Amino acid sequence: MKASTFTLATLLAVASQSTMAAELDLTITNLTQGIHFTPLLVTAHNSEDKLFEVATEASTALQTMAEGGNIAELMAQATAAGSDMAANPAEGLLAPSSSTMTTLMTTDGNDYLSVTAMLLPTNDGFVGLDSWKIPTEAGTYTVYLNAYDAGTEQNNELVVEGSGAPGTPGIPAAPGGDAGTGGAGLTSTDNNINVHIHPGTLGDDDLTAGNSDLSNTVHRWLNPVAKLTVTVK
Amino acid sequence: MASLNNFKKSIVVVALAASLAACGDNDSNDPVQVVTPPTPEPVSYAFDVTVSNLTAGQPLSPIAVIAHTEGTLWQIGSAASVALETMAEGGDNSQLLALENAIANASSEGPVGPGANTTITLTTDSLEALKLSLATMMVNTNDGFTGLSALDVSSLAVGDSLTRTTVAYDAGTEANTEAAGTIPGPADGGEGFNEARDDVNFVARHPGVVTNEDGLSSSVLSPEHKFDNPLAKVVITRTQ
Repeated sequence: MKASTFTLATLLAVASQSTMAAELDLTITNLTQGIHFTPLLVTAHNSEDKLFEVATEASTALQTMAEGGNIAELMAQATAAGSDMAANPAEGLLAPSSSTMTTLMTTDGNDYLSVTAMLLPTNDGFVGLDSWKIPTEAGTYTVYLNAYDAGTEQNNELVVEGSGAPGTPGIPAAPGGDAGTGGAGLTSTDNNINVHIHPGTLGDDDLTAGNSDLSNTVHRWLNPVAKLTVTVK
Repeated sequence: MASLNNFKKSIVVVALAASLAACGDNDSNDPVQVVTPPTPEPVSYAFDVTVSNLTAGQPLSPIAVIAHTEGTLWQIGSAASVALETMAEGGDNSQLLALENAIANASSEGPVGPGANTTITLTTDSLEALKLSLATMMVNTNDGFTGLSALDVSSLAVGDSLTRTTVAYDAGTEANTEAAGTIPGPADGGEGFNEARDDVNFVARHPGVVTNEDGLSSSVLSPEHKFDNPLAKVVITRTQ
């Protein structure tokens, strides 16, 4: 009788865990050698209200984040959707090889985790995680994140002040201070106007001319570009 | 009335005779069980395989999905089969679809462009040890392909799905010259399959394309054809 009571209690506990709020400790590490992340946004949400979805057109809010690092619109969307969020945990840029930590309390039904931050220097590249199912079992989990291209701006690889606004082509900043000027602009066309895996930057070996303002030995990366460690308490 | 009685009697006699005859075939005196074998209902299992092309500029050739219980379509470090070479160099998946150990197969109707997706439905009559493999060429490469190798779907319940992403492989059967006339995709419109094997002759992960903006001046490819892993997102849902 004791055993069955115990079993029932355990079952109830397990069953309720799947819908109960969770407390998460999050650590995000920028794994790249020369790419900065703009303010990160982490949301816990239901199966619908994700921050982005591959192979579909970027929302204006996502475009605003991916082209200029501004997460205000994504935050407003997430608030309207009843998502839980941790915004800007690094209080600014997350430098190459740096980590930031934050906590997130999730509410009932917000069982999925999404993450975004713009990659600098890129035109509309971002690091992303789409709808990772939060485990119900306590423990520490590791997820690796890829670099995406929002598909909303041609990758001309020119650093242009004020180009963070949607519709103004260019890379708004190169925080490492290691980009060039005077590039003619890469002319390749972005065939894929949906969110897709970023093909990587090209750069060149001339920081005062050439096609790209980026350096081909500094500003490249390969996936994954970030590591997310989630501790479910 | 008499005739009716006689009729009843005759029915009883016939019934007795029938049961005696049945007993005669049975050594024991157990009650006779007449077992009518149920007409076997045709059992089939169906899967929807949705593939999204996540590349910037690499259309994927018609996607082959193959159901099998053993083996793989390729193995890192081993020479590509001619069927795989034919698909990886020219996008023609007909030989892969005709593989002997395939118990079912299906192909997307056409190529799948960057940012596009397609759903392929596959039906099998057995679930035991069932694996799905998937293969498609990045058509703006010499012999680059992507896919899934022998993913076990035998424990997938109806309505459940598996999500996977795919990485880029190099068939190792054609040198990655990126030269005019050697790439079948729209970047070139060149040759697809040829029998020659002028590369390492083993399957490996793909090193990526160089392009004409990055030091390979003879390349017909440009930066828009570059890719990084993963190449595609695949969602397999068992629907029946």
